[in-house]
Amino acid sequence: MTARDRLFANLGRALAMAPGRVSPAEAAARLDRRTPNLIPDRAQGSGEELVERFVQWAERVQATTARVATLADVPAAAADFLNRHNLPQRLRLAPHPLIEGLDWSSRPLIEVASGRAEAHDLSSLALAFAGIAETGTLMLHSGPQTPTTLNFLPDNHIVLLPARAIAGSYEAAWARLRAAFGDDWPRTVNLVTGPSRTADIEQELILGAHGPRRLHIIIVDDDARQEG
Amino acid sequence: MQSTAFDFENNAHKALDDAELRQAMARVATNFTGGRAAAAARLPEFEALRDRAVEIKNHTIANLDHYLALFERNVEKRGGKVHWCATPREARETILSLCRQVGARTVTKGKSMIAEEIALNPFLAENGVEPIETDLGEYIIQLADEPPSHIIGPAVHKTKRQVADLFHEHHRKYGKEKILTEGGDMVAEAREILRQKFLDADVGITGANFLVAETGSTIIVTNEGNGDLTQTLPQMHIVISAIDKVVPNLEDVSTILRVLARSATGQEMSVYTTFSTGPRRDGDLDGPGQFHVVLLDNGRSGLLGTEKQDLLRCIRCGACMNHCPVYHAVGGHAYGWVYPGPIGAAIDPVFLGLEEARHLPQASTFCGKCEQVCPMRIPLPKIMRHWREESFERRVTPVVPRTLMEAWAFVARHPRLYGLGARLAARILKALGRDGKIVSLPLGSGWTDGRDFPAPEGRTFQEMWSARRGARS
Repeated sequence: MTARDRLFANLGRALAMAPGRVSPAEAAARLDRRTPNLIPDRAQGSGEELVERFVQWAERVQATTARVATLADVPAAAADFLNRHNLPQRLRLAPHPLIEGLDWSSRPLIEVASGRAEAHDLSSLALAFAGIAETGTLMLHSGPQTPTTLNFLPDNHIVLLPARAIAGSYEAAWARLRAAFGDDWPRTVNLVTGPSRTADIEQELILGAHGPRRLHIIIVDDDARQEG
Repeated sequence: MQSTAFDFENNAHKALDDAELRQAMARVATNFTGGRAAAAARLPEFEALRDRAVEIKNHTIANLDHYLALFERNVEKRGGKVHWCATPREARETILSLCRQVGARTVTKGKSMIAEEIALNPFLAENGVEPIETDLGEYIIQLADEPPSHIIGPAVHKTKRQVADLFHEHHRKYGKEKILTEGGDMVAEAREILRQKFLDADVGITGANFLVAETGSTIIVTNEGNGDLTQTLPQMHIVISAIDKVVPNLEDVSTILRVLARSATGQEMSVYTTFSTGPRRDGDLDGPGQFHVVLLDNGRSGLLGTEKQDLLRCIRCGACMNHCPVYHAVGGHAYGWVYPGPIGAAIDPVFLGLEEARHLPQASTFCGKCEQVCPMRIPLPKIMRHWREESFERRVTPVVPRTLMEAWAFVARHPRLYGLGARLAARILKALGRDGKIVSLPLGSGWTDGRDFPAPEGRTFQEMWSARRGARS
């Protein structure tokens, strides 16, 4: 008998008469219903209300935000961020059509390259799948166009977030991710709430422990791609 | 780790004399408790969310075999592998053989209490694989060669000066000669040194706060981002976790996440909550090529159907120790094993045996604060009381206290004898008193060494009560 067989035999014996025991079919039905348990009021609402709440909670945890009208405004917003912190004009871009399609000609000084992040990359521009208003949290996932290293290796993490991708609750964001991926679930899903921090030395809050020291979120009201 | 739980009394005495520890523990007592209270107050649904979280875990535990099997199926569907281990030894050996498969020389580690439970680091080191802790707190205590003293703040007992000295001693080999004074500089120095370790590691080992049956995902909840670099950069990701971490689906884990960070640190949400499902997919530009989940039992399944089953709901947030007057006084190391504080007092005997850990369930004033703040509403004092009973009944309690307890029980069941004893005691103690105070008490020096004992006025409550009734009728 393997350790697995022994464990499941023990569990079966111990749980046979357990209060709250349900049939496998009932457990499967509970799982498939995917009913949210309790969504706080703070996660309710829609549209502009959620965008504002997202910004409010994200800034409370030391993220910075910028709000722009269209994708054409994103390069300027990214450049402003780099300038404000006196950072080198270099960005590692997510190899996603929405990001690669940005027109950098108005900012000719910025050197851009697409791909996963490498150890020497100081700043990245990533794409969020969703925002979650109740805690100002970003949802990002891995994939050929959205490598995870962009979210952790660079010191400065710039994230493009379409305004319509902001959901109220974690549950609402999960529903959208399930709809987008079905059974083809990504390797990594990151919920990111503010820049990296530690309080391990005398409980003093210090930003930039191992992940990004800065998190800058550019919210784009209209993320339709301009042709030509 | 090697247990010193049997020596709790000595450990505690030593801790009480440690001035730097006192200073560090005072910070725990104020910061964590204030943070939790404020976070709970900001969310009107907090108490209702705790109730729902308890329901979810109770449902999961009653159907644990179902959800564990589903978790395993979904991990394997996405190309990962689950390894079932009954004992710490099996878990250590499984992890070592996985490391050897890829010829690992160094492994980076995210914070994991189960890795402490199975004493993984010394075992890997003995077998030629260097483990490198990357959570800042864990890194500090690895340099100091100490166990963690808190389940979410492993170096919470260290002062800034002690950290500076450790870095000075151990970072010289990297050309860092300066003695640092600012926390920010210490974090930056550790960041720089560990960054190279992340890039060089062959295997990344993390724990898991939760396992999601629906998707076959493991979840880590961190603030630093070290767990993410640990699992994203090397070619193999090993998750070491235990069978009580599973929850049915993403809705369920979302509910529990709403109470986790708020109870632990007072944050609305920890910075990084990461869901890992299988190895990297075709076309992915990063992520580990292999994904293994090592699931430990180590006696947990034996708790099912017992009066201690509620312990399986624990989500390891640390709120119980953050609010515990005994933990505040003696710190985490005094408990002598992996899990300190009230949860340790209730659960360490499961892993160590009551003979080894019998002092821990005694290390409580039963003030009830731990149960009050536990997001999972685990009746910790009740469970400690069960251990005390068991300790007495199985004669684990030594003969002198056991005989005294038996004598007390006999007296308490015989009212006349009790009345006589109480009258005698009241008079003797009155005679010992000066100005209503007793300065030194034979057999009671544990009390009178630190403060005066108030002297009774000479008659018992029962005497006064019957006198008053007699006067009335």
